This record gives sequence, structure tokens and C-alpha cells, in this order.
Amino acid sequence: MSVRGISPAQRDEKRLRTLVTPEGLALPITIAARTARAGALVIDFMILLFSLIVVQITIYYIARGLVQASGFDLDAMSSSVLEFLGICMAIFVFCAWYGYFLVQELGPRGATLGKRIVGIRIAARAGTRLTPEAVIARNLLRDIEIFYPLITLLILAVLAERGEPIGVLGWVVTGWFALFLLFPFFNRDALRAGDIIAGTWVVERPRAKLAKVLSVEGAAAAGGASEATGVRYAFGEAELSIYGEKELQTLERMLRDSPPEALAAVHATICRKIGWDPGAGDERAFLEAFYAQLRAKLEADLRFGKRKADKFA
Amino acid sequence: MKAPVISSWFGRGQVEASPDIESAALRSDRFRLEREGEWKRLEAILVRMEKGGLRRIADDDLIALPALYRTAASSLSVARETSLDAATLAYLEALVQRAWFQVYGPRMGFVRWLRGFIFGGWSRAVRELWLDLCIALFVMVAGAIVGWLLVAQDEAWFYRLFPGGMMDPRQPGASREELLSVLKHDEGAAGLAGFAAQLFSNNSAVCILAFALGFAFGIPSLMLLVHNMAVMGVLLWLYNGQNLVVELAAWLSVHGTTEIFGILLSGAAGLHIGRAMAFPGKLPVLEAAAAAGRRAAVVMVGVTLMMVVAAILEAYPRQLVEDTNTRFMIGGTMLVFWLSYFFLYRPAAPERAA
Repeated sequence: MSVRGISPAQRDEKRLRTLVTPEGLALPITIAARTARAGALVIDFMILLFSLIVVQITIYYIARGLVQASGFDLDAMSSSVLEFLGICMAIFVFCAWYGYFLVQELGPRGATLGKRIVGIRIAARAGTRLTPEAVIARNLLRDIEIFYPLITLLILAVLAERGEPIGVLGWVVTGWFALFLLFPFFNRDALRAGDIIAGTWVVERPRAKLAKVLSVEGAAAAGGASEATGVRYAFGEAELSIYGEKELQTLERMLRDSPPEALAAVHATICRKIGWDPGAGDERAFLEAFYAQLRAKLEADLRFGKRKADKFA
Repeated sequence: MKAPVISSWFGRGQVEASPDIESAALRSDRFRLEREGEWKRLEAILVRMEKGGLRRIADDDLIALPALYRTAASSLSVARETSLDAATLAYLEALVQRAWFQVYGPRMGFVRWLRGFIFGGWSRAVRELWLDLCIALFVMVAGAIVGWLLVAQDEAWFYRLFPGGMMDPRQPGASREELLSVLKHDEGAAGLAGFAAQLFSNNSAVCILAFALGFAFGIPSLMLLVHNMAVMGVLLWLYNGQNLVVELAAWLSVHGTTEIFGILLSGAAGLHIGRAMAFPGKLPVLEAAAAAGRRAAVVMVGVTLMMVVAAILEAYPRQLVEDTNTRFMIGGTMLVFWLSYFFLYRPAAPERAA
């Protein structure tokens, strides 16, 4: 399986983990990069901040409208309306703060908007079901990890600005902030404190489109015959036993999305290796035929239990 | 020959052969072409599930989902042994993983979870924390006593512990009338709702802090409890000087039985996590912390609800009811309610999948 970890975008080996489903199937899973998580947090925070500001402005305009309607006579104005607006604001802030993360991460995508944008999601660490309790726990802890120390630092900064003595408190809070901020760097799985408490981790969202079948088109399907020149490429046992699975999959990747110039280079390399005289103008057909026949040989060997990981094996 | 055996595994849902299966030169590609119809159907169902929950999905699809998931999973394990097509393998791995997230994803929505939480889940979680509750209660009582004793010895402690400013009438040496005036509120009901909302967000922030601080082995949680209760000890000492302890207790009890209970629960929840991390027992530290964290999170959601109740009590009855006996009655009723809800209300636990 380790040989198969190769996918179009070469994964970072250090972030690769194995998840065993209840069916006993081992699935590769990639831990989200720390940068991606930081980006997701910033996006979420921006969304929250922006919507809070919008609501605040709306409420401000409603309140101003009320003041004007009462002819700037504060006594004549019903104070309960303003009070009601204040309550709306307080409840909205609370619900937005905790609800935003909770509701979205409990949904079928297991990710907030920011996480979805960067392509990551949360999952239970032990390969078990993600429970509401876990989502709640990981989100409650975010407060002491980031927001409380930030707010405290802000208040301390304002106090210091006014010349009030704050002593070593500023350093203590900064240390606290740094400790939790750097927490994901001190463990392999990039867990933050909330992930530890909740038993969750953040993984990359699996995303792959089913690519087209290579062996039904071009020279691969026509038994090695080139459409352009009509030449039939047939490779012998010795020529096909030079390369292994790794090279095969590299070739597959190149056939899928490399430009003709790169294919020409590969064509030349392969020809040199198998001792053919490299021609020109029909590289793609050659490579398609070579790919199909190499894969047929390697897969036939595979059925007999023989694997050739790469050309050195 | 492997192909007939494999196709008999998938025999149930005969896939209509796509026209070019025969044209595929490789056996592994034929394997793929025979099955990719089912994979794509699974993918379409998954996309709809991820977008908007279960309601938009036809019953047929929902019933087929587990079978399709298993088909894809076994396709993957067969493909791993027979195919060298990296793109197909990557697709299948991603597909099975996505299906796994949905098939074994959160089983209940928020509403159903909330119902289970109110009818039994919450009180069960609280009872699971009994040891931490005892420790937290002990620490809180000790904190109040320490606060009292400190001020009784040296009045300078009052100014250090008590957060009130210079304008606060609650100062050492204040007269009986000044102290009593704080306990009254004669402005009617105006402004109280806003007061309640503000109290709520303030108090629940303190509780969440007490919980979250449990992460540092529970010690900061305990310190927070000691500090909060020391302030109360100081207040008690102050009012005791003018023989007003009963009035103060009545004033506090209206909301305090709920609020202090909530603080007790959140401190215990924090301590629970801290204790699990310091003494994980037989489990690995991370697993112990995760198990404790999930139990404590349930308690914390409940604490938030308690803070709503406490804020309403603090803003309305406490300010509107002035009679000492009535105040005691409200506070006592709340205390009896919480205690019986947590410790006497024991519905049978629903069986739960691990």
C-alpha cells in the first residue's frame, strides 16, 4: 500500500495516516497542513467579524431611526424598544460566536465555511463516529486558545497606553497565547488543545475526479498501432521488464496531463533505456502503447503475486 | 481466472455494460468500466448528502447507500491487488473515504441530540463527574472561608479582592443603610432585560473560561473557583459586620443557587479534564483526555442553559422581589429543582453505538 500512496499531487509523506474502516479496509488519510488550518481560521474569523459589523450597523440605524422618529426627545421614546435592540445584539453575538462553528461542523460536511474553502474537514481521531459532544468540546476550547488571550492583550495594551502599570502580566498572557498558538507544532498530528480534548483531528477533504480510462483510446486500444503512421508498437519481454510500478504511474500521470514537449523527452529517455532508435512525431502513440503493454505485463505479474515496485527492484 | 469470481461478488446490481468495455485492452480497465456506474451513483448521492442533509435524497438512493459504500470499498480492495491505474485508485480511495464520512458520520442532527441531552443526557453527564463535583464544592467552600478569614485579619485584603470601584457603597465601614440600599432596586422593570442579556454573556464567559482552563491539569480552574468564592466570602464578612448576612444571603440566593451551581459544574468539568490528563489510568493520555472532554462538554452546554436561567432570575425576580422570605423561596426552589434534576431524575440511558 505504501507503494500506492502516489497520487497526482504528490502527498506530503509526513502527513499521511491510515484510517481503518469497520470493514477492515485501510484508507490513506492526510492530516491538514497547519497553514491551511490557520487560513481557514482567518477566513472564519473574517466572516464572523464582518457579519457582526453589519448587524451592528443595522441595529445602529434602527436605533437612530427611532431617535429621529421621537423628535430627539429621549424621554418620549419608548426605552423598551432600545432595550429590545440591545438584547437582540447580545444574543446575536453569543449565538454567532458559538453557533457558527458548532452548527457547521455538526453538518454533513464537518467543516466551517473557511475550512471548506481551503478544503479540510474535521474527523474523529480513532476512526469512530464524530459526536456532537466532540464538536462542542473542540469549539469551547478555541476561546481560551486564541480569543481570550488576544482580548486580554488588547486590554492590557490600552491600559499600558494610558500609563497604568501592568507588570509582567503582559508577558504571561503573551506566553499563554504563544503556547496554545504553537501547540500544533509540538505534536505529529498537528492537534490543537481543542482537538486533544475532543478526540478529533483535522484532515484534508478527499477530492478526486474519476479520470478517463487510458487503455480505451489511442494506440493503447488499437493493440499498439499508431493512428498517425500506422506503425505497430510491440514490446518484447526484455523491454517491458526494465520499469516497475513507480515508473508506470509516473508515465500515467504524464500521459494524462503533460504537454507534448515533456512527452517527447520521456519518449527519448525510454527509447534510450530499451535500446530503440528514437524517432520523432509519433511520441504519444509510442508512449500509449508502451504504457498499455507495460501495465498489462505488470498486472499479469501482479495476479501471480509478483510486484515490481520500481526499476531498481 | 479471476474475473468471473469477482463479478459474482457484485452480481446483485448488474451494471449495464457501457458500450466500450470490450474495447478496453486491459483487464483492470474492464473491471473499472464494469463498476464505474455504481461508483458514480454513489458519488452523486454523496454530493447531495454533503450539500443539504438527507431530505433531498430519494428513498431508493438512501437504501442503496450502504450497499454502494460496501461495493466501492470492496472494489477498492480488489483494485489494490489487481490494478496499477493510479488515477482510479486515488479516485476510489477518496470516494470510499467520503462515503465513510457520511455512512459513519454524525448520526443525529442537533435537534435530536438536544432532546436526548435534556431528557437524561445532561443529568447523566453531571453524575459521571461526581468526584470532581465534590472536589470543586470543597474548593469553593474553602475559598469562601479563606476570603472571609483574610479580610477579617486585614482589611487591606478587601480592596485587593473586591472588584468594586471607589463609588461602590460596599466598603468596609459602610453603614447599615448603605449596605441595604444595594440589595434593593426601586427603578421598576425598565432596563432589566438588557441587564439580563449582559449578565448572561458575562457569566457564561466566566464558566467557559473555568471549563477551558481545566486543560492545564485543572489547577487554573480551581484557582478561578477559589478567587470567585473568596469575593463572596469578603461580601459575607462585610455584611456580617452590620448583621445583614441573612438579607445578603437571600439577595444572593435568588440567582446564586443557579449561577453558583453552574460555576461549580463548569469548574468540575474543567477539573475532570485536568484530572484525566494528569491521571489517565489505563488509557493513553490522549484517549483519556478525549473521553473526559466529551463528558465535560455535555455538562458545559447545560451550564450555558443554567446561565440563561440565572441571568433572568438575577435581572427580574432579584430586583423586583424585595421580601427576604420570598427571595429565599425562589432560590431554594431553584436549588431543589437542580438537585433533583441532576441526581434524582434518572431515565434509562438509550443504547448507544460506540
